[in-house]
Amino acid sequence: MSEKLLQIDGKQFEVREGITILEAAREVGIEIPTLCHHEGLEPHGGCRLCMVEVEERGWSKLVASCVYTVEKDLVVTTRSEKIDLVRKTILELLLAHAPDSPELLVLAQEYGADKDRFEKESSFCIHCGLCVRYCAEVKGAHAVGFLDRGARREISFVPEIAARECWNCKECFPLCPTSALQAAYVLTKALVFPNADGDSPAKC
Amino acid sequence: MSRIGSPAELEEVREGILSERDPAKPRVTLCCGSACLASGSREVADSIEAEIAEHGLGDDVDVLKTGCRGFCERGPIVVMQPEDVCYLQVEPGDAPEIVAQARGGQEVIDRLLYTDPSTEQSILRESEIPFYKYQERLVFGSNGSIDPKSIEDFLALGGFSALAKALTGMTPDEVLEEVKKSNLRGRGGGGFPAGRKWEEARNAPGEAKYVIVNADEGDPGAYMDRSLLEGNPYAILEGLTIGAYAIGAHEGYIYVRQEYPLAVENVLLAIKTAEERGFLGTDILGSGFDFTVTVHQGAGAFVCGESSALMTALEGRVGEPRSKYIHTAVKGVWDSPSVLNNVETWANVPLIINKGADWFTQVGTERSKGTKIFSLVGKIVNTGLVEVPMGITLRDIIFKIGGGIPGGKRFKAVQTGGPSGGCIPEELLDLEVGFDELTDVGSMMGSGGMIVMDEDTCMVDVARYFLDFLCDESCGKCVPCREGTKQMLKIMTNITQGRGKEGDLELLEELSEVSKAASLCALGKSAPNPFLSTLRYFRDEYEAHIQEKRCPARSCKELTAFHVDPEACRACMICFRNCPADAIDGARDRIHVIDQEKCTKCGTCFEVCPPRYAAVRKISGEPVPPAIPEEDRTIVRKSKQK
Repeated sequence: MSEKLLQIDGKQFEVREGITILEAAREVGIEIPTLCHHEGLEPHGGCRLCMVEVEERGWSKLVASCVYTVEKDLVVTTRSEKIDLVRKTILELLLAHAPDSPELLVLAQEYGADKDRFEKESSFCIHCGLCVRYCAEVKGAHAVGFLDRGARREISFVPEIAARECWNCKECFPLCPTSALQAAYVLTKALVFPNADGDSPAKC
Repeated sequence: MSRIGSPAELEEVREGILSERDPAKPRVTLCCGSACLASGSREVADSIEAEIAEHGLGDDVDVLKTGCRGFCERGPIVVMQPEDVCYLQVEPGDAPEIVAQARGGQEVIDRLLYTDPSTEQSILRESEIPFYKYQERLVFGSNGSIDPKSIEDFLALGGFSALAKALTGMTPDEVLEEVKKSNLRGRGGGGFPAGRKWEEARNAPGEAKYVIVNADEGDPGAYMDRSLLEGNPYAILEGLTIGAYAIGAHEGYIYVRQEYPLAVENVLLAIKTAEERGFLGTDILGSGFDFTVTVHQGAGAFVCGESSALMTALEGRVGEPRSKYIHTAVKGVWDSPSVLNNVETWANVPLIINKGADWFTQVGTERSKGTKIFSLVGKIVNTGLVEVPMGITLRDIIFKIGGGIPGGKRFKAVQTGGPSGGCIPEELLDLEVGFDELTDVGSMMGSGGMIVMDEDTCMVDVARYFLDFLCDESCGKCVPCREGTKQMLKIMTNITQGRGKEGDLELLEELSEVSKAASLCALGKSAPNPFLSTLRYFRDEYEAHIQEKRCPARSCKELTAFHVDPEACRACMICFRNCPADAIDGARDRIHVIDQEKCTKCGTCFEVCPPRYAAVRKISGEPVPPAIPEEDRTIVRKSKQK
């Protein structure tokens, strides 16, 4: 595979063709924050924390670095006033859901995000989709998915599948950036449902 | 029915159809578009047909049931031919007179004619009614002359002649060049030049390429694409097939909302008939070009009108957008080059091929060519679909064609471009309508929604309404749209309910900036538009809500109260009897008082109070005056003083 020359934060790098800006930056040791990215999964482009500025034919635009493929002579900036504003606001919006998430709090400190800026939300889930995508793409189980859309969107386990697949897996729990609490909670609730007689899910 | 194997055969068939038709034969043309059907045109059609059958006139009088004619405010519409007399708001009971006139036995039915409100004169012909007179119905006009279920009607008007010309007389490059030269811009939202999109797809690597009709029209109040697809489905198929030929596609899709059953029915029938007659399938018109079309019914998510979400849904997955850093024209459905245009854009293509780009570019402005169909709704006298040349002013659309604002109210703003468009104020009424002109003033063309608002409309509440719509329709994949619009909606709701506070506008502006910059798709990127455009032109209304807890339009319920002016009240009991909340205390000869605790602010009392008293006041931003003392509430009428 041929090499592509690109500039990140003023430094020239040669990287493999076909990789994303995020992957390129990580390879050369430049940190770009993300919440929904996972190396073993297809890029999602949902959290928008990895937004960076790229210059193309004299135009500057914000792009999600996890889904933007590197091009020859691409000029990338990973920190700017605008980028920081986007990241700060996104973190504040998410901290309304998960104010105690260690991962979010570390980033909040970096970007000066106020965890109390928005009224607290009832659900911890920040919809990074890691559990849903991991279950589908890596495990092929589809035991957990999204329900509804927009602001009403929630993750939910499919009781019939979860009862069969999840008890011995639970590999999604450590992926959850808001700790596994939410996933565990939803899982428990879902598993209790088909076993209303009180049987342990392990017997399923 | 036989297949038509060449352009010469097509012309033969067309001449055959025309030779069998007598233009002088009486014909009752009835609008059976969705809006007229809702107003009862099916019943009118049944009555007319029954009347014809009863008098054994089946061979003497034709009945033509067409798609939407546009003047939906006054439907069901009947047009009598060959005289071209237009009747509005026709009822089943009018059938005997209509049929009698068709037989030549009766005069024109005056009561069903359009009356010009300014001159009080009756107008005989559809084309002379101001609503139609100032339009330029290049694309939409055929709707009124064909039965959408009849391919013969379409062929009689010269249907598929553009297809024949393109397939047998032009190379794909020549077709592409013509469309590029016409500068046809997409009528579905962004106004991207169709020719450039086609060229990108044509040049993109890939064996399989696709052309797609976007009929997922979802803007509140908009039904242009619906009416075109329902009323003239063959024209869309013709445009799509020409596009497929130009880019080298052999498969096409029509992505249509499930909520448009008549459009689905008519287009499915059109595809079947077009296949039978050789306009779709293999070796179309003997040209050697193969093309098939499949209808995909969408499940009704607004976001599926967005190209990448539409294509994801077409693939059978959840209709969520994906990043488009590589255009869908290069990597679209199943990662293949795909050209997506909306219904109206495709409908323009046969015209461009038939009459040439030079003809097409004669209409319009420098950068926006041709016509545009708008759905003119809201506080407007003539609700309906209007097709106007680009460059016409908003004032002409709203006042000349639309007939102005009903009830003597004052125009306040017009919202264009669908929920993510913007509100344009009175001082910009002379703006010439075009893609860039609308964007420059903070709104957009969108697919052509045009919602007119009068002085009673609260602009803050309007912005809140559209934001609510977008928040509800957000897919939820990306944070700025899912969480950002939700927070914006919370703040906007607080403002309209009197809980606005200092700093709200700045926070809304910040959330807008983030949503515009960082959202995944156009829905999130444009979601702040309703707020930003109303803030730009109506900042004083926001400030009144936040600082004075006052709604200048006296429309926001929480900031408005109703009060009976004791000086004006004549204790007539009308409001007392009509109040659904029993919130009015009063009796005959006892001045009425509204119990503010019980009042639900429905406004019934305000509406029913006789104008000669006009005693009910709507107040906002000031305290409700104290109730009149009990001892002063008795009215002593002059007649009883004697």
